[in-house]
Amino acid sequence: MEVHLNKAIEQLGNMLAQVASKAEGAVLGAVSAAAHASVKSARDIIAGDRAIDEAEVAIEEECLKILALHQPVASDLRRVITVLKVNGEIERVGDLAVNIAERVEDIAAHQAQATRPLDFAVMVDKACLMLRHALDALAYGDANLAESVIDSDEEVDQLHRDMYSQVRQAMLDCPELASYYLNGLTISRCLERIADIATNIAEDVVYMESGRIVRHLHEGEKHVH
Amino acid sequence: MSVKIETRKLNFFYGAHQALFDNDLAIESGKITAIIGPSGCGKSTHLRIYNRIFEMYRGQRTTGEVLLDGQNILDPHVDVLELRRRVGMIFQKPTPFPMSVFDNVAYPLRLHFKVGRRELAERVEQALRGASLWDDVKDKLHTSGLALSGGQQQRLCIARAIAAEPEVLLMDEPTSAIDPVATLRIEELMASLRGRYTIVIVTHNMQQAARISDVTAFFYKGHIVEVDETKKIFTNPSCKQTEDYITGRFS
Repeated sequence: MEVHLNKAIEQLGNMLAQVASKAEGAVLGAVSAAAHASVKSARDIIAGDRAIDEAEVAIEEECLKILALHQPVASDLRRVITVLKVNGEIERVGDLAVNIAERVEDIAAHQAQATRPLDFAVMVDKACLMLRHALDALAYGDANLAESVIDSDEEVDQLHRDMYSQVRQAMLDCPELASYYLNGLTISRCLERIADIATNIAEDVVYMESGRIVRHLHEGEKHVH
Repeated sequence: MSVKIETRKLNFFYGAHQALFDNDLAIESGKITAIIGPSGCGKSTHLRIYNRIFEMYRGQRTTGEVLLDGQNILDPHVDVLELRRRVGMIFQKPTPFPMSVFDNVAYPLRLHFKVGRRELAERVEQALRGASLWDDVKDKLHTSGLALSGGQQQRLCIARAIAAEPEVLLMDEPTSAIDPVATLRIEELMASLRGRYTIVIVTHNMQQAARISDVTAFFYKGHIVEVDETKKIFTNPSCKQTEDYITGRFS
């Protein structure tokens, strides 16, 4: 029985890696579409979210099947439960990519007039790197990597706060572009949420590896080692 | 935590073969403790020491202590009949006596207590109700216990055990010979007995241990590897050997 369970869990990991890659691609694509005012790319990303939603349902069904058929315990149980939770988080990343993409049309309409265009390059790199590291930590059961993701969250929070100050000043200077800057702030907010999701996934990995639920602990208490 | 049974440095030998090694285990009062482990790990042997049923085997030898409420039951002066009244046992295969349902349950009452006919009937009913069997057998109390279904026979054995007003119930794979529905009824019965009796169950069915027990002990090759709350054992055991066994990766 354990051979079947191992295979099923391995397959679950592959399914999750595929959908995570799609979600990360959607975020990168949505931010790029905003930067290049590419309405067509944005629409493709909105349409592509359906595949992420379908994958989420397929993974959830697979998890339920494993729970019902194999009744896993201990580390196997923790892995399946973690995948079930992370699956929902990945679907949220897809939704946030859609939220970003939905701003592109309005941004494209005003980008040319913006004297101070907003730059999300650093923020998107950091948020997506956190997401990738969190998912690598999940795939390889690497609690150290997960902890480093948890520690990075504050950097993205700070970038979001910086973006807020930048938007506030730009709106005072150019009130006629308020809509453009507010959309930019929304994108920043979405990227900050993606970093939070990466942190949630990393916390789930810590649980998977150690059995400790660290979600509501203070920063210093979240480390396993 | 109130300890009902405590084993200290318990060793057991079948002739020259040592089956248990320095078993230290505290069984909590009123709780259900499950003993799990691969075949031949000594879990049944360990259980059978608690009421000295092991003495029926030839060439056996025990060292160490088994304290029941602080009294060493291995002491040769212990009244074994009284010990077995206090520590009842349910076996893998239902073992009704070849007599009526009523007489099966009345047997320990007649053996251990002086009771009148009316009180006897009351206490038989009480025990059958306690074993969730009354509704099934109230109209056939005088038919043979052997005529009942496997699950009913096992509940009859539980009724017979609890009629003796024991403090501890030992169960050695009590559901391995009965179907899943009857198993569920026995498990529900065990849950209803929790608190009133200290229950120790040996089971090969790990899902059963996870479902019904408060504490789980994992045995391997006569050693106690890990004892902890059941929810801890089945979600995050401390020892790798336990993890490997319960996840089926044992080699």
